[in-house]
Amino acid sequence: MENALGSVQPKHWKRPWSLSLRPGRPGQDWLAGRVAALLTLATVLLVPLIALALLLRSLPILEARPLGELLFSSTWHPLKGAFGYFPFITGTLWVTGVAMGVAVPPSLLTAIYLAEYASARTRALIKPFIDLLAGIPSVVYGVWGVLMIVPLIQKTAPSIGAWLGFIPLFRADNPTGYSVLAGGLVLAVMVFPIIIAVAEEVIRAVPQGLREASLALGATRWQTVTRVVLPRARPGVIAAVVLGFSRAFGETMAVLMVVGNVARVPGSIFDAAYPLPALIANNYGEMMSVPLYDAALLGAALILLLMVLAFNMISRLVLMRVTRAE
Amino acid sequence: MKKCRVVECFFRVLMIGSTALVLGSLILILGTVVWRGLSALNLAMLTQTPKGGYYLGKEGGILNAIVGSLYLAGGATLLALTISLPIALYLNLYAARSRRGELARLALDVLWGVPSIVYGAFGFTLMVWLGVRASLLGGIIALALLELPIMIRGMDEAIAMIPVALKEASYALGATRLETALKVVVRQTTPALLTAVLLAFGRGIGDAAAVLFTAGYTDRLPDSLFGPAASLPLAVFFQLGTPFPAVQERAYASALVLTVIVLALSLISRRLAGRLNKHVVR
Repeated sequence: MENALGSVQPKHWKRPWSLSLRPGRPGQDWLAGRVAALLTLATVLLVPLIALALLLRSLPILEARPLGELLFSSTWHPLKGAFGYFPFITGTLWVTGVAMGVAVPPSLLTAIYLAEYASARTRALIKPFIDLLAGIPSVVYGVWGVLMIVPLIQKTAPSIGAWLGFIPLFRADNPTGYSVLAGGLVLAVMVFPIIIAVAEEVIRAVPQGLREASLALGATRWQTVTRVVLPRARPGVIAAVVLGFSRAFGETMAVLMVVGNVARVPGSIFDAAYPLPALIANNYGEMMSVPLYDAALLGAALILLLMVLAFNMISRLVLMRVTRAE
Repeated sequence: MKKCRVVECFFRVLMIGSTALVLGSLILILGTVVWRGLSALNLAMLTQTPKGGYYLGKEGGILNAIVGSLYLAGGATLLALTISLPIALYLNLYAARSRRGELARLALDVLWGVPSIVYGAFGFTLMVWLGVRASLLGGIIALALLELPIMIRGMDEAIAMIPVALKEASYALGATRLETALKVVVRQTTPALLTAVLLAFGRGIGDAAAVLFTAGYTDRLPDSLFGPAASLPLAVFFQLGTPFPAVQERAYASALVLTVIVLALSLISRRLAGRLNKHVVR
């Protein structure tokens, strides 16, 4: 019994080599432990298994085209055999970037408000509504985007374009409203509850004594938050943002419905984009009828998975750095 | 001192503004869906399957999608539950504070971040290999994979909160880890476990990307595990994609039905969590 509970767990049997040596309750305990360990192992191996399955299915296109062409070519024309992922990869990054830019500041401010400023009653009143926001299905977010965000952008884009159009980022050439900005705004609202929930929890976990010491030295509440509480909670806050990021990154339906789905590298937040998940979801129907198309789409799923894993690893390294530095 | 007070005031306003923004977007979403959905909702939509020409604006309803979604999410939740509970108990009782446990939690965190469309694509490749067509079973498996990390995380957090003394008391009476898990830990955490299960169910019933490849879509009620099954998110998506305003109105109504199911679930889980705690030691 090598685990840490060994201190309280009676060690009244030796490791047997077969089940029959362990009759009765200890035997049941041992068997249950083995079964649960196997289930855990299978679940842990799921990510490599998914990656392997997608890699095997996308091998045909990886063999037929050089990787550089696949990743950096901007022509996507399955019928002519041209499969360039670049517009889709940049589309994903644009939409997620806009979403995080919009979502992170208000989410963190709300989390700080709930954790540091709000009374217990206010917090108890607001928290259920934030949980409610987390439960709304993505397709409903999409419907909301189509009914509200897209018309709003369609109406306001020309005036913003006329005012700030000299910056390429705000050029408004797309009259439809289905755009990077629409996808980003819808995603931002989807990400709010995830960041708020985790960030609030880690901020509240900061020991009360630190706050009291800071306040006793004459610091204001906001100074206490920025100079004492937040530095202490930083690893957890980064983790909260990363969780929101990975949710936004792979979101399919809500984005697909509002982002316009044009296979071109976007140059402005008012341009249409075509993120990777939307590409996969939109074309699965005809992928078996065009040669290499199915391999190309499952390759897109593989790229998406690898990008999520890479961001996960990077954030973990950052976290380790941050926690070690303190 | 004056400057401090200005800064303090400024950020206070900013924080309250942010909170209002978050709550306001919830109200906007619910308001939009209820307002646009209610006008198109009628009894026929809830009680009939699509008749001929439904997607051109003729009569029928989305009963196929409602039943299909309940089957899909229900089956997936049962499947995920039978896998998640042993894993959550294992992580806390058998592999507590061990290196194996930490590694497993790390892998589960990674799994949590895998996009649902990737689960769909993975399910699809499995089905191609096995020679199975889009079916209720395929959808259930893909959704179960999606729900698994959500459910395990919820259960793990709940079980980790149990006071050590409670477990030690059980061990001291001579109970094995299995007995402690089933007779003490599960009872103690029933409300929280149920919340985790319903949370995962809510995610499952609302997800479209994982079932898009795996469950297919049909206008009939699902009648076998190996036949295709419709689902509410896809019903919303397909109806919204048609060029007919009358059918798009129905998409809004379908979105309302989905929202009501999900919100009702979250209310029920709140109520049940309050009631099922009679075995909880405090």
